[in-house]
Amino acid sequence: MYDRIWRMIIKEFLQLRRDKHARFILVVPPILQMLIYGYAATFEVNRVEIAVIDFDHSQESRDLLSRFTFTGRFEVAKILSNEDELKSLIGRSDIPMALKIEPGFAELLLKGQTAHLQVIVDGTNSNTALIAVGYVNQIANQFAQDYALNRLNQVMPAMAVSVPQIDLEQRPWYNPDLNSQWFFVPGVIGSITLILVVNLTAFAIVREREIGTLEQVMVTPIRPFELILGKTIPFFIVGLADVVLVAVVGTLWFQVPFRGNLLVLLLGVVLFLLSTLGVGLLISTLSSTQQQAFASGFFFVNPAFILSGFAFPITSMPKAMQMITYLDPLRYFLIILRGTFLKGVGFDVLWPQMLALAILTSVLLLVSVARFRKSID
Amino acid sequence: MNLRRTAAMSRKEFIQILRDPRSLVIAVFLPLIQILMLGYGARLDANHIPVYVFDQEGSQDSQALLKAFQASPYFDVVTTVNNYRALVRAIDSDQAKLGIVIPWNFSQRLDDAGRTSVQALLDGTDDNSAQLAEGYAQAVVQTYAGNMQLDWFARYGLAQQAASPLSVDYRTWFNEDLESKNFIIPGTVALVMALMGALLSSLTIAREWERGTMEQLIATPVTAMEIMVGKLGPYLVIGLADAALCAMFSVGWFGVPFRGGLGAFFITTTLFLIVILGIGYMISVATRNQLGASQYALLVTMLPTAMLSGFAFPIDQMPAPIRAITYVVYSRYYVSALKRIFLSSAGLGDLVPEIVAMSIYAVVIGVFATRAFRKSLQ
Repeated sequence: MYDRIWRMIIKEFLQLRRDKHARFILVVPPILQMLIYGYAATFEVNRVEIAVIDFDHSQESRDLLSRFTFTGRFEVAKILSNEDELKSLIGRSDIPMALKIEPGFAELLLKGQTAHLQVIVDGTNSNTALIAVGYVNQIANQFAQDYALNRLNQVMPAMAVSVPQIDLEQRPWYNPDLNSQWFFVPGVIGSITLILVVNLTAFAIVREREIGTLEQVMVTPIRPFELILGKTIPFFIVGLADVVLVAVVGTLWFQVPFRGNLLVLLLGVVLFLLSTLGVGLLISTLSSTQQQAFASGFFFVNPAFILSGFAFPITSMPKAMQMITYLDPLRYFLIILRGTFLKGVGFDVLWPQMLALAILTSVLLLVSVARFRKSID
Repeated sequence: MNLRRTAAMSRKEFIQILRDPRSLVIAVFLPLIQILMLGYGARLDANHIPVYVFDQEGSQDSQALLKAFQASPYFDVVTTVNNYRALVRAIDSDQAKLGIVIPWNFSQRLDDAGRTSVQALLDGTDDNSAQLAEGYAQAVVQTYAGNMQLDWFARYGLAQQAASPLSVDYRTWFNEDLESKNFIIPGTVALVMALMGALLSSLTIAREWERGTMEQLIATPVTAMEIMVGKLGPYLVIGLADAALCAMFSVGWFGVPFRGGLGAFFITTTLFLIVILGIGYMISVATRNQLGASQYALLVTMLPTAMLSGFAFPIDQMPAPIRAITYVVYSRYYVSALKRIFLSSAGLGDLVPEIVAMSIYAVVIGVFATRAFRKSLQ
């Protein structure tokens, strides 16, 4: 039995080695994806270009505006002198945000009344806009605080020191600089593994079926179970090699820390790889052509990717959608990846994910193996 | 190019699609699933952020501040814990994204020095959610502090000093409520088109090569150009129908506004499809292998459309070399056109740069695609 499985594995590897497309697919796209994700996947909001119109030309208005460039979050790209220019700039989506100060700004301040800063935002990119609005609020708040204290200080300096104030001290853990790369790089390991292993497994089997060589294998004395093992073990090994490749490239190139235990991660990787093999096997039983395999694969891989929390937080999804994410193996694997890479947590924290992944994997493997045996009988 | 032969090619292709029920499923359900998944799943808004609270003081002031957090629609105060370890554990295990620690001397410091502080411990793993949570938490605390100041000024008879010196008035254009669905969904049309184009064109042609039926086609009098146009024509029609389906779903189901011109929508979509189909065609001519064709096609159509088009990740935040690359990514122009057509009532006249860029691509790809096939015939 071992001998037959062993020969089957050797055959698969020989086939992989001869297939120049497969060789390419195993190495180049994973690395390329890792690099693109590492560099391009960012929701950070820095150097937001703004246009400013200052109709007041006072020291106060200039003070307020200079605070915007001072933070480094904003970059004054255009200084305008009339409203029409502003409307066309925002209308053409040339600039995401504009600040406008009406005449009489300083006068209102001096009179002790409330002066206004008008902010025109292009809301198209809601995420950037929201974060930028947060920064604007902080800057405006600080300006108001400083001005109010200053004002009080001139009237009655004794009181000014005891105006109640509350500071919010923020401590982002695990990723103190809130660096997007740290968030995405561990995730890419999961998503690449998913896409690669599911597709390779499904295609390899369906292709043999399409070309007719699966029947030739079946007339040999190999048993169905041995056939399954012979077909899946090579992809397990290939998948594992790819995980290592992508993980090493990602962490070294982008300097993402690995704070956890390698063995805990390895357990997660093995469970996840098994579940992707199960999916690949299942898809192969549902498809008789490679095109169908590709499409069915996509019906699984794409939702699994979107619902995993890879880029879009699960807590932001509607409740019903959140329920579906519990069926997504990638969801658990991503928590394991980020937990071991960034949080440095161990089995004591990650065991629920491991357990869920193990159950999901067992069910997937049982169903797919049963279906596969039936399909070749 | 002979029209009759091209039409015959197209008819053959159509019949082939119709006979394979799976192709129809791909053509209809794939876009639907895609738009439903992205419409529901691809949200970036941070609502109901799970919060754990560790109130070391338990005074009236600290409770009032916590009530302000409870009242905010952005936070769900899940539970109150009474030690630091429990808070750490909650963040470690993803139970909480934000932990609020009110120090034991919170109100005492307020009375003594006028200045006190609260700690916000954020799970920084997901930097974007953390950033949003930070902004909302800041707003809650500052509003609370502002009200406290008003009371304080009133108590000391300084009401004339109480007026806040500055208020910020926001005018938000195009996506007035800053909903991420309006930001994401228009771009998903491009993703669906990229996927469909790559899938259908690269696989169907590679399949003919793999099965040897391409040689039969070559033996007939059809020319390379006719094969290409005849083969891709049906997919262009399907693609346009899918685009219309996606747009209807975006508007009817998800309530995304569609303020621009239909003409602009279909013209930009047609140009985009020509490029995508052309690329898929070239790949399948070059690889003649379905696995290869599908993976290369994903790599050159899906990946750039998802990552480098501005679909979700803002281009202006990418490092300069990557930003330069995005100008070569044809999807960039389509995604930008789509967002403006849906949200900012852009018509054909407003989209001249995008349309010019995409037209250049369509012509170049068209020429290359015909050439590629001619070579392989020899």
